[in-house]
Amino acid sequence: MSKIIVNGQEQTIDTTSIQLLDLIKLNDVQQPDMVSIQLNGEFVLRDRYETTTINDGDELDFLYFMGGGQR
Amino acid sequence: MDYTEEQIQRYSRHFLLQDVGVEGQEKISNGKVLIVGAGGLGAPAALYLAAAGVGTIGIIDGDVVDYSNLQRQVIHFTADVNKPKVISAKEKINQLNPDVNVVTYQELLTSYNALDIIKDYDFLIDGTDNFPVKFLINDACVLAGKPFSHGGILRFDGQTMTYVPGSACYRCVFVSPPPPNAVPTCSQAGVLGAIAGMLGTIQAAEALKYLTGVGELLTNRLLIFDAKKMTFRTVNVKHNPNCPVDGDHPTVTQLVDYEQAACELKKH
Ligand SMILES: [Zn+2]
Repeated sequence: MSKIIVNGQEQTIDTTSIQLLDLIKLNDVQQPDMVSIQLNGEFVLRDRYETTTINDGDELDFLYFMGGGQR
Repeated sequence: MDYTEEQIQRYSRHFLLQDVGVEGQEKISNGKVLIVGAGGLGAPAALYLAAAGVGTIGIIDGDVVDYSNLQRQVIHFTADVNKPKVISAKEKINQLNPDVNVVTYQELLTSYNALDIIKDYDFLIDGTDNFPVKFLINDACVLAGKPFSHGGILRFDGQTMTYVPGSACYRCVFVSPPPPNAVPTCSQAGVLGAIAGMLGTIQAAEALKYLTGVGELLTNRLLIFDAKKMTFRTVNVKHNPNCPVDGDHPTVTQLVDYEQAACELKKH
């Protein structure tokens, strides 16, 4: 179990860590292309979503493209 | 600057405002703001900037007014349908405040004309709703060292941030446009009309704050609101060393016209 903060809200995940791409799916983001992610204040490159691991205590912001787009 | 009796009354609420006053009003009167897109965001922004007495308001938009615009683009009226948006907007601004010099550009902002058009302005408002032009505005402003307000709306949500040279830019946050096929057509997504007013008004406030030097701009922060819950959140963002236009190793050194979904070219 680990606790992380996504968009200012606490989330509990069953495992001690999770791949960022799995977390994206867990948060019902249908199009990962349409979200920009900040992990502990640093932006994660879109091609690193699969290789980035999220651990207990991490803070994330999912920032969606807005302006005619879809999340 | 000498004010007429009418102008003293017109701007009296600014004169009364301690942070603005006569000096601030003069800065507003000498200010030049370019609004890109006379649509959902540009309409309220233009009206508030005109009412405030911004000396020069530039408006660039290649579209004509359509019935589907009237639900949110409050500067255009029913009788304006089929009229170029820049003309419709200029007419309303002149009626609201004849002090304002309105410059119209009935064309699209492109990599060819962008730098030439923006060079005459102090501050830009991104009132477009398509990503290619959003990235174009960002890159042009970064390369030319111009401050601007980014704005985006979708359904019940809005987001905005302000750029000044040195602060995090739109690309620092969003890097590159989403693939065109990931973006649904605008008619599919929809937006609550009042959301455009909420966001465009925030952008106008940022322009007036920039011109007067009052307060703290929305720099290095992305303001996001969800009008369904009516919650506002500001996310701190910082300059991204991997940013393609102002990062450590820039790959965008000149302006680019990106492709976009066809519907988004027409309707703002
Ligand atoms: Zn940047």
